[in-house]
Amino acid sequence: MTTKPLKLRELAKGEDRFAYGHRMCAGCGAPIVVKQVLMATDYPIIASNATGCLEVSSCIQEYTAWKIPWIHSAFENAAATISGVEAMYRSLVKQGKIDDKQVKFIAFGGDGGTYDIGFQSLSGAMERGHDMMYICYDNGAYMNTGIQRSSATPFGANTTTCPAGDVIPGKLQQRKDLTRIMAAHDIPYVAQASPGNWMDLMKKVQKAFEIKGPKFMNIIAPCNRGWRSRTDDAITLAKLAVNTCYWPLYEIENGVTKITVKPKEKKPLTEFLKPQGRFKHMFAPKNKWMLEQAQGYVDAQWERLQKEAAAGEAEKTPEE
Amino acid sequence: MGKIVAVTGNEACAEALKQINPDVCAAYPITPATDLMQRFAGFVSDGKIDTEMVLVESEHSAMSACIGAAAAGGRVATATSSQGLALMWEMLYIAAGTRLPIIMPLVNRALSAPLNIHGDHSDGMGARDTGWIQIYSENAQEAYDNTIQAFRIAEHLDIRLPAMVCLDGFIVSHSIERVEYIDDADVKNFVGKFKAVNPLLDLDNPKSYGPLILTDMYHEYKRAQHEVMTKVPGIALEVAAEFEKMTGRKYGLFETYRLEDAEIAIVVMSSAAGTTKDIIDQYRDKGVKAGLLKPRMFRPFPYVEIADALKHLKAIAVLDRADSFGGYGPLFSEITGSVMSMDTKPPMINKIFGLGGRDYLPNQAEQVLDELVKIAETGKVETIKEYLGVRE
Ligand SMILES: Cc1ncc(C[n+]2csc(CCOP(=O)(O)OP(=O)(O)O)c2C)c(N)n1
Ligand code: SF4
Ligand SMILES: [Mg+2]
Repeated sequence: MTTKPLKLRELAKGEDRFAYGHRMCAGCGAPIVVKQVLMATDYPIIASNATGCLEVSSCIQEYTAWKIPWIHSAFENAAATISGVEAMYRSLVKQGKIDDKQVKFIAFGGDGGTYDIGFQSLSGAMERGHDMMYICYDNGAYMNTGIQRSSATPFGANTTTCPAGDVIPGKLQQRKDLTRIMAAHDIPYVAQASPGNWMDLMKKVQKAFEIKGPKFMNIIAPCNRGWRSRTDDAITLAKLAVNTCYWPLYEIENGVTKITVKPKEKKPLTEFLKPQGRFKHMFAPKNKWMLEQAQGYVDAQWERLQKEAAAGEAEKTPEE
Repeated sequence: MGKIVAVTGNEACAEALKQINPDVCAAYPITPATDLMQRFAGFVSDGKIDTEMVLVESEHSAMSACIGAAAAGGRVATATSSQGLALMWEMLYIAAGTRLPIIMPLVNRALSAPLNIHGDHSDGMGARDTGWIQIYSENAQEAYDNTIQAFRIAEHLDIRLPAMVCLDGFIVSHSIERVEYIDDADVKNFVGKFKAVNPLLDLDNPKSYGPLILTDMYHEYKRAQHEVMTKVPGIALEVAAEFEKMTGRKYGLFETYRLEDAEIAIVVMSSAAGTTKDIIDQYRDKGVKAGLLKPRMFRPFPYVEIADALKHLKAIAVLDRADSFGGYGPLFSEITGSVMSMDTKPPMINKIFGLGGRDYLPNQAEQVLDELVKIAETGKVETIKEYLGVRE
């Protein structure tokens, strides 16, 4: 299969494999992520989906937004479930019971279903080497159950289980860097993407589908309900996340790190935090330390990523 | 005629799975089922079968992968015991609710705490309400035969439900017995080709599995699930009749032993039935009219048929190899459900025995029969629930 050209005019003509009519909140980032992923390729796709906002809103008795074969079984096992589908496909093709149609397998999970409860299942499936891609749409909390803290929730955020109170000002821990953890599995392809940079996201999906074996993509998915932001701000925030280096766009292919989109100027983190009500308390004078700490963490992570990318660059340039 | 071999229960089940050659098998080790899957994995490694093994990182993932594989559209098997089944619990309901015919030998073992690796039925009984068909086996031959029949029952187009074939941990799984194997070709022919229903791999007709269904229709779905279960006994008997034609070995929903003219009876499942039959013979020799009923199918439970088989008795003892703390044993509860439909209700006692692999000894059966004789005479039950063979 040839990789399809990423031209907006052409893409717009393509069939939607994730249909409108689903019941996610207006302005939700998750369905945009799913659409961009599915739009990037013409390969046949079979997907699994962890319990969460995307799942409960996209397939409600008699109605489904999925025009591809799709399976939801539980919350913590999207990776294990799709690994079973992929194993059956391999088995039947090997036995000559069905033709090889170059089917691609995707597991979609929210950050809770990926970083937390589904982490073991994800790690296991990656280690086993299934030919599959895991896509985490990261909205930084358990949104479906009402905005509870997850290990992906950023430092300082006000959630319903770590509310910003008089004594405890929101989440006191930094987020788990899952993308790096997945890279440590030494799988052939790991990437971070944002729907605000659709071309970059789709290129990564296309590249991943040409690689055999387990792949992981972490994609930021703004959630206006949980982020306490405007309903028309999903893409703006997805871009700000990248331009503040809160959510750098990079990929790690066969162990080599590459920053795929470098912000022209690195904006202060507050530009990403300010439009979001979940960080409002951090702007109170007594919580100035929180803004500093949050910025410090982003700076340190960005520094490290740049060093890793420089090392990757050096590796690729042969010495004269 | 197949060959006669001396094998363990696990070996016999592994052989059955080998002969059936499932398309995918996802599994995780746990004593005493480990040995079954190891043997099976050996067949795969030696290229004797086509099965794709998915060697997962937990039983939760084992059942999840089985669910994905079965929904994809092919024949799927796994095996487990005890904590493994407990960890699968969430997914057991999903396998059944999604109507996926997954076959799973369950090598019955006690549940923690305290940790114990030996045989009792706590694991299987904990999965009683999951919507799985449950078939219990007395010995290695039955475990082998039941495994083969389970595929036919579960995959029947009117059923499409998962099934567990239970065998007693160590007592059956690890003891060498005489087993009559069926020829490979006959097994293959008996089980037939797998028919996929709404497979995910049908790319031209995409299906969504696992929807959200709320108060408007969930209730109806669950009733429908119960209705499918009620069809299982009929299909199981059809399959058993065909199986008898092939092998000469007869299976029903339960087995009776010297029950027709009995006045007292013991109801007990799995390996303990063997010991009980011996003691019943001895009591018969002494002129005591004792008999036995051994349920084979625990889910769905054949209440009416069992009531019919027990209705003439003067006293019944139900032996449970599992407990319900603060309640009666699970088998006892089912038998009382059967007895409820009888005009004259025989007095009943419940004995909990053999927990954590404690031996079930002939003198325990004798003790129960002696008590039944007294109850039959007086019509009086002193204590309904007691423990057999407890160290005081
Ligand atoms: C075993 C289990 N525990 C808890 C839940 C409840 N639950 C359903 S969705 C969800 C949160 C999902 O969060 P995430 O994965 O981040 O997806 P989001 O809803 O944010 O898109 C939780 C806690 C569940 N369904 N299953
Ligand atoms: S709560 Fe958030 S993640 Fe969930 S559907 Fe609404 S906007 Fe999307
Ligand atoms: Mg989330």
